[in-house]
Amino acid sequence: MNMKYGLAFIAVAAGALLAMATLMHWERPPMASTQLGPRGVGMVWTQNPRTEAIVKSKNIAPESDPPAQLSGIKVKDSPDYQNVKVLGDLDVEEFNRLMGAITNWVAPDEGCTYCHNPENMADDGLYTKVVARRMLQMTRQINTMWTPHVQQTGVTCYTCHRGNPVPANLWFKNDGPPHAGGMSASRQGEGLSSKSVGMTSLPYDPFTALLAKGAQIRVDGTTALPTDKPGASIHDTEVTYGLMIHMSEALGVNCTFCHNSRQFASWSESRPQRVPAWHGLRMVTDLNETFMASLQGTFPKNRLGPSGDVAKINCATCHQGVNKPLYGVSMAKDYPELRVANP
Amino acid sequence: MIEYQNIFTRTQIHGPADMGVPLPNGGNRERVGKPIFVHLFGLLGDAQVGPIYLGWLGILSILCGVIAFEIIGLNMWASVNWNPIQFVRQLFWLALEPPPAKYGLHFPPMAEGGWWLLAGFFLTASIILWWVRTYRRAIALGMGTHVAWAFAAAIWLYLVLGFIRPLLMGNFGEAVPFGIFPHLDWTAAFSIRYGNLFYNPFHMLSIAFLYGSALLFAMHAATILAVSRLGGEREIEQIVDRGTASERAALFWRWTMGFNATMESIHRWAWWFAVLCPLAGGIGILLTGTVVDNWYLWGIKHGFAPEYAYDMWAPVLDPALAAK
Repeated sequence: MNMKYGLAFIAVAAGALLAMATLMHWERPPMASTQLGPRGVGMVWTQNPRTEAIVKSKNIAPESDPPAQLSGIKVKDSPDYQNVKVLGDLDVEEFNRLMGAITNWVAPDEGCTYCHNPENMADDGLYTKVVARRMLQMTRQINTMWTPHVQQTGVTCYTCHRGNPVPANLWFKNDGPPHAGGMSASRQGEGLSSKSVGMTSLPYDPFTALLAKGAQIRVDGTTALPTDKPGASIHDTEVTYGLMIHMSEALGVNCTFCHNSRQFASWSESRPQRVPAWHGLRMVTDLNETFMASLQGTFPKNRLGPSGDVAKINCATCHQGVNKPLYGVSMAKDYPELRVANP
Repeated sequence: MIEYQNIFTRTQIHGPADMGVPLPNGGNRERVGKPIFVHLFGLLGDAQVGPIYLGWLGILSILCGVIAFEIIGLNMWASVNWNPIQFVRQLFWLALEPPPAKYGLHFPPMAEGGWWLLAGFFLTASIILWWVRTYRRAIALGMGTHVAWAFAAAIWLYLVLGFIRPLLMGNFGEAVPFGIFPHLDWTAAFSIRYGNLFYNPFHMLSIAFLYGSALLFAMHAATILAVSRLGGEREIEQIVDRGTASERAALFWRWTMGFNATMESIHRWAWWFAVLCPLAGGIGILLTGTVVDNWYLWGIKHGFAPEYAYDMWAPVLDPALAAK
């Protein structure tokens, strides 16, 4: 009888340990670490060289097409091209080269007819053509108005699309999976294992609240002692924390890539990388509100989110696990027509 | 000698079960169950299991605890739409969140934190009832009430986190959610919001007492095991009747450390170290947000947060200030 209790006890303990060992995600050493700040403050970038190799193989910029042999005729002056609203100032050959590149970048399997009516290339009947036109304006906006974020590297359609008609990393307003409702406690937007915030239980939609104009991302107390002005709540802090986890996951870096974690708020102790990141947050807000929101009525229902909202951009849309998209290779320099300011 | 260096207890007494000392006022009545002996338990502690005493306080405490446990568990299950697979898969992530800050100290709708308040009430009732039980059982056995007061120190920290500090802050949104990862996320968010808790002197003290407790526990246990072949486990007798075990242990620490505890004082050190860990921690939490809003800036103000040379890059300025 004594042995029976004992064996049961050992079996339960061993079962619990086994469950913990098999359910957790493990990465084997060695890790590569790079010092990022003054020694002794723990500002270190830890990378797994094996997963890093996989990420590298998935983020290779394709070869650019050879430059166009200019014909001297502008698209807007050619009777063969009608209804060209954005790229009219391009040389015809430059235009054809760009159209070919866009097909390879966005719809390599579907081809020209993903956006164009083959009977009449000028026809705006396919919604994808209307979206593509707006996206060209967006690309130009990024490359000319958002250089504090994209610097001289710039972006092309490929930065986000990577051969997919719909970029792999987008976000919609997210109320989470079904909830029992009624009198049962609301999740308050958190408390699930959520990919959007790196499998933490933090608020799973930090984007709707914080990637909006005038959003208050900063939550730290700004003075040593409390003031009359109420500070951020713990829940607000968790939403910001969730957004930061998203940034960290999207860029393949940890907190100390930008911050000194002893005081996340302090700029004087932050790395210079925090400045383009700050502009990046404002950039995606501008792009979502100016460009994506304007396509709300253009997209068919199956392209909208569960709450009927248009797809939106976050850090992962371009970065895809790398601190500099495509490891900093500038494709835009081979397509100067994408670096022209919108009128 | 090898007997004493085993990591398990080597001595198991096999005899009639010990039913406990007789108590006044017929206090033996509530002891129920026929004792059993488990050999494996005997390797860790006493092989005898039972008889058990619960009494009214114990039964009420367990009842309140079960109610709190059910409120938390069922609300977690509801949060995944009563899906049993998701309930098990995401159990460590699921939460019962306190009311949003906008409700202040008013009782919110049940779905908006009402259940959290109710679970908190029953859990607190359960803990307090169990505290009274430890106090009363100690008195009934003619013991001191040291265990009850040590337990009270832990209850102090629990009440500061979930009740006293939220009252002072004016809303229950400041309190800790129920849930495994959610309460850890709360801890990290709390530290971020209030400017890094590591710069809170009471947090520092609490850590010192926490690690100090572990160190003292290891030192004391090792010392007693090391002299038990000389009668060292008769610690209490040796307080007043010092034997060779006590003298060797004392001399050992004088040789290695220059100073030593006595058979009595070591237990007072240990008790105070353990009790001061949650006491100091509770004070630190109580001051956070109420009298200090950013512990790091407070550390700068009072000159104890060190400066580092950030000369690896040009000075970084807040772009929000540049934009103005």
